[in-house]
Amino acid sequence: MPKVFSRPKSLKDIPFHYCPGCTHGIVHRLVAEVIDEMECFDKAIAVAPVGCAVFAYDYFDCDAFQAAHGRAPAVATGIKRVLPDRLVFTYQGDGDLAAIGTGEVVHAAARGENFTVIFINNAIYAMTGGQMAPTTLLGQKTTTTPYGRDRQVNGCPVRMCEMLAVLDGTAYVARVSVHNPANVNKAKKAIRRAFEVQMAGLGFSIVEVLSACPTNWGLSPLEALQWLEQNMIPYYPLGEFKVPAEEGGGQNV
Amino acid sequence: MAKVLMKGNEALGEGAVRAGCRYFFAYPITPQSELPHYLAKRLPEVGGVFLQAESEVASINMVFGAAGAGARVMTSSSGPGISLMQEGISYLAGAELPCVIVNMVRGGPGLGNIAPAQSDYFQATKGGGHGDYRLLVLAPYSVQEIIDLMQDAFDLAEKYRNPVMIMGDGVLGQMMEPVELPDVEVGPVAPPHRPWAATGRMGRATKNLINSLYIVPENCEVHNQKLWEKYRQIAANEQRWEEYQTADAELVLVAYGTSARICKAVVDMCREAGQKVGLLRPITLWPFPEKPFTNLLTTAKQFLAVEMSTGQMVEDVRLAVNGQRPVYFYGRSGGMLPVARDVYREVQKLYCGGEQ
Ligand SMILES: Cc1ncc(C[n+]2csc(CCOP(=O)(O)OP(=O)(O)O)c2C)c(N)n1
Ligand code: SF4
Repeated sequence: MPKVFSRPKSLKDIPFHYCPGCTHGIVHRLVAEVIDEMECFDKAIAVAPVGCAVFAYDYFDCDAFQAAHGRAPAVATGIKRVLPDRLVFTYQGDGDLAAIGTGEVVHAAARGENFTVIFINNAIYAMTGGQMAPTTLLGQKTTTTPYGRDRQVNGCPVRMCEMLAVLDGTAYVARVSVHNPANVNKAKKAIRRAFEVQMAGLGFSIVEVLSACPTNWGLSPLEALQWLEQNMIPYYPLGEFKVPAEEGGGQNV
Repeated sequence: MAKVLMKGNEALGEGAVRAGCRYFFAYPITPQSELPHYLAKRLPEVGGVFLQAESEVASINMVFGAAGAGARVMTSSSGPGISLMQEGISYLAGAELPCVIVNMVRGGPGLGNIAPAQSDYFQATKGGGHGDYRLLVLAPYSVQEIIDLMQDAFDLAEKYRNPVMIMGDGVLGQMMEPVELPDVEVGPVAPPHRPWAATGRMGRATKNLINSLYIVPENCEVHNQKLWEKYRQIAANEQRWEEYQTADAELVLVAYGTSARICKAVVDMCREAGQKVGLLRPITLWPFPEKPFTNLLTTAKQFLAVEMSTGQMVEDVRLAVNGQRPVYFYGRSGGMLPVARDVYREVQKLYCGGEQ
């Protein structure tokens, strides 16, 4: 019988440390499948973050870096300037990318650095115990917003894609979600498109993935996916915010 | 080989280029800005890349990426910028990546001023960032030595897979002196083959990882012990210094970089007056040259450390002397230079037992 489904070559066959119901694993798989399908395994270089996905460097079977908290876009800039023909991607959480590393991602995007950011938005700092992230929703309870995020005290959630899409240096900006199979498929398409944009040398690409953290949200895996759909998507609309000029306008994925 | 007239800051750039460095990431700060100016022009001529980063935090992490990808890479800054780089420097040391970091020290703390100082000695030699690590720190005192040490800096960085810091100051950066440049082919340099670099597997059987995370304490200790053993070897093999008029010296001045230039003049003044005064000039600040002290202690009755700080290296002099002789200190700080006449007066006080 022909094999129709197997583990991607780019993903090591080892158990992940992620909690049950965590969507980090799904996103890892999508990235690995795209690398395989594009036959980029030998060229791929991953830059892992600080955060729950810190061990991404172990799960991807390609060469990898572990970067300081938030600095992955600067590290990727250094790598890509030395090795312009490689497939370089960072994998960063919302605390990593939208708080401590805002400067690095905004400027890498503005410079049009030719690498791809996979941005996991789970609306929380997961690894350090469920504190508020810049992406935490108004009213959302976290360990540092026990009464719910209050606009007067904590300010408003940051929409990174919308922010980055206005920069001239970005080539491809999309937000996707992995809360159901249809969206998982769309997420994969966006990741593929981002990698293709990079390999065509068109500039900075980012795919934001709305992702579930059942553990720190205090929900069951299923409830977490529902919470994501009902609460995150209205604030963080899905779609392509920017595609390369020669490819025509953005579309909903 | 023809001699050319060069500014110290430009010599840092040309020295790096001749040492095969083709990647430079930096953020402007006085008194080292002529270096990025120079390399912004020079690197594209030799197939290299200069990138002005958005901050020192970014520039040192760009260095992390480029070094991990196998390139000869450098950054440069001054005090406040080096402070911002400390996180990255600790990661570079932890991940055992070679690179060169230039610090043209200015007056501090805080924003201080842009005048020359040596007040970053502790930060450079005692770690600076978090964790148990060391940098090799080289302190040139002339434009020629800048050129020569640049080559050594990159070689040492690679030999030990460790960041190397070149520590100078605004006087060295601004001074112009004739220099002899090494006769090397200056053109595009392909990143040399480094079996450990993360360059994409490109057919390699196993993956390469650039990492400083050891989550299991036992493993982290093993890593720290490995680093410690490396630092021990560096300390044993790489101490560098220059001695001037020390063979019979009863009073030994200890000074590096710009303050050593001043102290040389003071030694000459003393020798003219028939006084047995010499100079020990550390070239490596870490490892601190302890080796010469065994010999120096046969004649030296006292030591005087002269620094452009309120007294930092003097602590290492005390450790090296280990209580066997008195160690005194004279320093100017905040961007003020020690004047030869004042250092001379200080030496007279000590040499003549308190008489002027
Ligand atoms: C300089 C620095 N500050 C703080 C931390 C602690 N820290 C580790 S992970 C993390 C938050 C990560 O959150 P996020 O990026 O959203 O990733 P997630 O864990 O949610 O996947 C923080 C603050 C650190 N490692 N380094
Ligand atoms: S804490 Fe949250 S983000 Fe981290 S592994 Fe668990 S579910 Fe995933």
